[in-house]
Amino acid sequence: MEEYLDIIRQYDVLGAFWVNIQLAFWAAVLSLIMGSVLALFRISPIGSLQWAGTTYVTILRNTPLTIIMVFMVLGAWGQLELTLATDFNLNFFWLAVVGLSIYHAAFVCEAIRSGVNTVPVGQAEAARSIGLSFLPSARLVILPQAFRGAIAPLGNVLIALIKNTTVAAAASVATETSSVMRTMIEFRPDYIYAIFFTFAIGYVILVTPVGLLSTSFSRRLAVSR
Amino acid sequence: MDHSGTAPADDQQPPADDSHLGAPLVELSGVDKYFGDLHVLQDIELTVRRGEVLVVIGPSGSGKSTLCRAINRLETIDGGEIRIDGQPLPAEGRQLARLRADVGMVFQAFNLFAHKTVLDNVTLGPRKVRGLSKSDAEEEAFKLLDRVGVKNQAAKFPAQLSGGQQQRVAIARSLAMHPKVMLFDEPTSALDPEMINEVLDVMEQLAKEGMTMIVVTHEMGFARKAADRVVFMADGQIVEEATPEEFFHHPRSDRAKDFLSKILTH
Repeated sequence: MEEYLDIIRQYDVLGAFWVNIQLAFWAAVLSLIMGSVLALFRISPIGSLQWAGTTYVTILRNTPLTIIMVFMVLGAWGQLELTLATDFNLNFFWLAVVGLSIYHAAFVCEAIRSGVNTVPVGQAEAARSIGLSFLPSARLVILPQAFRGAIAPLGNVLIALIKNTTVAAAASVATETSSVMRTMIEFRPDYIYAIFFTFAIGYVILVTPVGLLSTSFSRRLAVSR
Repeated sequence: MDHSGTAPADDQQPPADDSHLGAPLVELSGVDKYFGDLHVLQDIELTVRRGEVLVVIGPSGSGKSTLCRAINRLETIDGGEIRIDGQPLPAEGRQLARLRADVGMVFQAFNLFAHKTVLDNVTLGPRKVRGLSKSDAEEEAFKLLDRVGVKNQAAKFPAQLSGGQQQRVAIARSLAMHPKVMLFDEPTSALDPEMINEVLDVMEQLAKEGMTMIVVTHEMGFARKAADRVVFMADGQIVEEATPEEFFHHPRSDRAKDFLSKILTH
């Protein structure tokens, strides 16, 4: 027990988790928006939009996240000079958020699409038959039901996202958990087990409620038919 | 009646009393539709006049539902033309949406918006398509719900209602758009027997009030009571068209005789 208190006193473990929580929050918001738009593309009646959505998902879903994160820093920022903040470290933070978002948007899109599949085709036909065109019927009839049918798979995407924020280390975010853990093990190899369990248990505490909440919400908000 | 086999084309019915009918409202000419190799609609010629109640009957797989769904383009057609109020059906986009707003549709499976209350189901179209204010739309929705006898269910969700109540809400939802014509695609086929009449009563009332209706149904009683004309379909073709009286008592084609003998013997 003494060991655990020791390392928490010496290193900013909570601050490191806070960085990952912030990464997860912003990436969740951005990827939810991007994923919804992609899902709209994929269910739209317009062939070129369907193609764009499908191509995006196929490419991004099958690309390793580390590759995307390294590209964000060495490619997008290093070579193409994409700057998202004037502060040096904040810039890496936002580059990591964008990398996480474009990757997870593909999974959000597929989760929403699985939600769309829970909406009977008759709902769309009824919407069209009262004169709603594609966007209004998607916004008013299909997506509200699809989101409620997609809560459980969206919860799974969020769980993966929270844990994947540690890959931000590859985008030079030095204050997040895995980077801090590396430093700690380097300087306190005598505490390696305590260090490992501190982070492992920290993530279990962080992620478990997400799973419980998404299960409970998906049950409570289910559309009864 | 000494007709044998299928009806000759020149054998016209004696004209029924159609003085209450107006100009042609729905016109199908040479309509063809394929599902893969299956020719589900074969050169369909059909005109429905304003105020007319047309009942389409026929064995399952005859194409009658497809015909009904083609009229507001829930099914596309592969040949021919469909006109509503003189205008050809637009292919896609806003114009098609505008046309659909004028064509009411009642489905076999009700298809009420499951995440919205009964009241919101009825006001959604008037508010979002017609641009009515919330209070105006709700005022009219209550009148319509009252008319179909489910006003006291306005705050409930569709899943809390019986099938018959849901279908009456669906009729109110269509009526709220003030459609020029209403399509009914087997509106009572998914209902328990004791609920069929409450829906048919509403439909008969509509017919009496002069609504133009195209009704695909197996309810022969409704056809007899409310229809101006019966169309009998089989294998993707219109085999016979007649007044209900003529059709049920003196069917001309073998297909119709065979069909009627199967459903009217008990």
